[in-house]
Amino acid sequence: MKKIFKSMAGMVLATTLAVGAQAATLKVAYDSDPVSLDPHEQLSGGTLQMSHLLFDPLVRWDQDMNFEPRLATKWERKDDLTMRFYLRKGVKFHSGNDFTAKDVKWTFDRLKSSPDYRAIFEPFADLKVVDDYTIDLVTRKPFPLVLNNATYIFPMDSVFYSGEDDKGQPKDRLVKHADTFASRNASGTGPYIVERRQQGVRTDYKRFAEYWDKQSPGNVKTITLTPIKEGPTRVAALLAGDVDFIFPVPPNDHDRINRSARSDLVTLPGTRLITLQLNQDRVEAFKDKRVRQAINYAINNEGIVERIMRGFATAAGQQGPKGYVGYVDELKPQFDLEKAKHLMKEAGYEDGFSITMLAPNNRYINDARIAQAAASMLARINIRVDLKTLPKAQYWPEFDLRSADIMLIGWHSDTEDSANFTEYLTACADEKTGWGQYNSGNYCNQVIDGMVRSANQETDMAKRAAILQDVERTLYEEAAYVPLHWQNLAWGAGKGVQAESVVNVMNFPYLGDLVVTQ
Amino acid sequence: MLFFLFRRLMQGLAVMSVISLISFSIQDNLGDPLREMVGQSVSEAERQALRQEMGLNDPFLVQYGRFMSRAVRGDLGTSYFFKEPALKVIMAKLPATLELVFGATLLIVLISVPSGVYCAIRPRSWLTRVILGVSILGISIPVFLTAIFCIFFFSIELGWLPSYGRGELVSVFGLWESGYFTKDGILHLVLPCFALASIMLPLFIRLIRSEMVEALHTEYVKFAKAKGLKKARVYFVHALKNTMLPVLTVGGVQIGTMVAYTILTESVFQWPGMGFLFLEAVHRVDTPLIVAYLIVVGGIFVIVNTLVDVLYGLINPTVNLARPAQ
Repeated sequence: MKKIFKSMAGMVLATTLAVGAQAATLKVAYDSDPVSLDPHEQLSGGTLQMSHLLFDPLVRWDQDMNFEPRLATKWERKDDLTMRFYLRKGVKFHSGNDFTAKDVKWTFDRLKSSPDYRAIFEPFADLKVVDDYTIDLVTRKPFPLVLNNATYIFPMDSVFYSGEDDKGQPKDRLVKHADTFASRNASGTGPYIVERRQQGVRTDYKRFAEYWDKQSPGNVKTITLTPIKEGPTRVAALLAGDVDFIFPVPPNDHDRINRSARSDLVTLPGTRLITLQLNQDRVEAFKDKRVRQAINYAINNEGIVERIMRGFATAAGQQGPKGYVGYVDELKPQFDLEKAKHLMKEAGYEDGFSITMLAPNNRYINDARIAQAAASMLARINIRVDLKTLPKAQYWPEFDLRSADIMLIGWHSDTEDSANFTEYLTACADEKTGWGQYNSGNYCNQVIDGMVRSANQETDMAKRAAILQDVERTLYEEAAYVPLHWQNLAWGAGKGVQAESVVNVMNFPYLGDLVVTQ
Repeated sequence: MLFFLFRRLMQGLAVMSVISLISFSIQDNLGDPLREMVGQSVSEAERQALRQEMGLNDPFLVQYGRFMSRAVRGDLGTSYFFKEPALKVIMAKLPATLELVFGATLLIVLISVPSGVYCAIRPRSWLTRVILGVSILGISIPVFLTAIFCIFFFSIELGWLPSYGRGELVSVFGLWESGYFTKDGILHLVLPCFALASIMLPLFIRLIRSEMVEALHTEYVKFAKAKGLKKARVYFVHALKNTMLPVLTVGGVQIGTMVAYTILTESVFQWPGMGFLFLEAVHRVDTPLIVAYLIVVGGIFVIVNTLVDVLYGLINPTVNLARPAQ
């Protein structure tokens, strides 16, 4: 019986491969879909994945977290406040218009009006057009992350988006969740053009014949993107050969994809940190550093990674992952039950106490199970946890209200930089600046905030790294929160899809450069 | 009859306004739609401004009043995600669901009637035992397990059938896109229809069998047999016709269950229909779409139940629903 299956599978495989050779098409299934063709409407993974297909940034990250020139060919620092970018010549938009500095300026101004991107571009005072192919990015204060933020500038075709659409609305109108011209039409310089789009069902992309990057080895002519929300369905579609490239692959299915004759698994260590925050305003005991340390010692990060994440995560002892400027190699996860018990005793909580805990159950990989494991680990130092998990839609309002003593949150740095973690997760809450917006632990240390502020104005990268490493060390010693792990990333790819060379830790695969053989 | 239909219409409208009120009042518990719409790092102040702009800060009655005044004009709100009128979005997905339900119903009828009749006529044969045994299994396996098993066996191992989606569609009179007219479309229909049918099949086989057994013991069937009528005529005309009334009743009630199970089936097979749309809308807290879906499904219920009652009268004229109760 098994033999029959195998030979049949072989036959099916042979036919699909023969078809694959004629047309370099790629069928992609992600778990989500961009909400709009407007790259400025929502700051999300889906939007950025789309932006890298339809538009092209000034610079982009490569796999080693270095900057790679795209529409900007080179850049230089003019002074403390100014970075000069030289733009690529001879680049065409999908509409046929020429790409020049005025498009970059136009895009920059639009970004500054976008609710989602405004905060990222807040440090910039202006973008000055020097000549047709030169621009200056000017910051208000000395600012070290100019290039990081330039990865978000995907120049749009200013001529294409000018004027009024058939409803009498300006074509450049940027409104969240409204039917605008830009949400349905796109003209960028990117490798692909949208041919057909049924929101939430499928999007067809076609390679742009006049794409400037002739060096790119990419040979994929058309891409169909289908969002498939259910993990098992997505995996089944890959195993059955109905799609060629999927993300994400649930940890339980890694073996199956690896074993299959039809598919490969591609993994990378990720940069999204999963943490627990201990609310000091709600629980008196959490104000005691020894209790916070005890909790850190009681939770076995490696154990959670091994058992619950099936080895598919990296146990964390700090916020920023390896490769980020603030990363400190010595800060390892702490696990020592005896020490934890001892610290609890020292703090006068030998008999423990009862607390509440809240976690999402459909936001991060295995989030609810991680929370359960952490709760049972805390029981061993007599902290009794009343755990409740909620779907993400209901979780965030509760999180905003800080409605439990311990809350779980994951964070990925928008700027791929260590300071971003502190700004959102561990800084003193400040409504005006937005710092500490996700600090449900209400941990507050002015010294750390000051250090991060100075790091954000330090353009000497070595000095800056030293400050941010100090921040990580201090948070570690203070046991300000409980770092759990960084989620790894996994893609499934059909044989012949050379995915390793185009995936990255930010999870926007550069499909324009993808090579499909056979 | 006209009076009956008119009364039904009034009842339907009452049911629908209750549904709208309930679904409208639960929307605060579904979560914050803004959270799904904006990036995570957007500040609370920005979100408040957007909330104000979208009218989400208004008191409940103001929001409900605004909704109702639009609803009577046929506007059930605009989906946050699709940026189109919610009703239009749902209607665009309706054909996919109807085709799925139609295929499943076809399978149920084609399989349950012959096997139910067979089991009644030959109660002791080995095939009867197999059919009844399998149908017990069918009742006890949840639909998503059946679906995942089907995908595993027929798509991954054998590679015969596609694992998700609707496949190649053709436009029928420009009215809807159908999968029933291409080979690829039909292949895509097989597994989801079977998975959806699998939950109802056992029920109908057993129901038809037991009703048929009862009918076979009635005097008129015995008389018909004694008269020397052809067996097929006795079974299929005399006996089967009289088993159909309870089957129809149950069928009408089961439509509701079917709607619920389409949600599961569509979600496993990534079937772009209404059920899948609804589940996604819940995940995205797309409240206008959720409310519109509940109202549309409520409407379908009312229509189907009315149709079943009308059919009742046609099959068995002694049931007169139009006459008011004495």
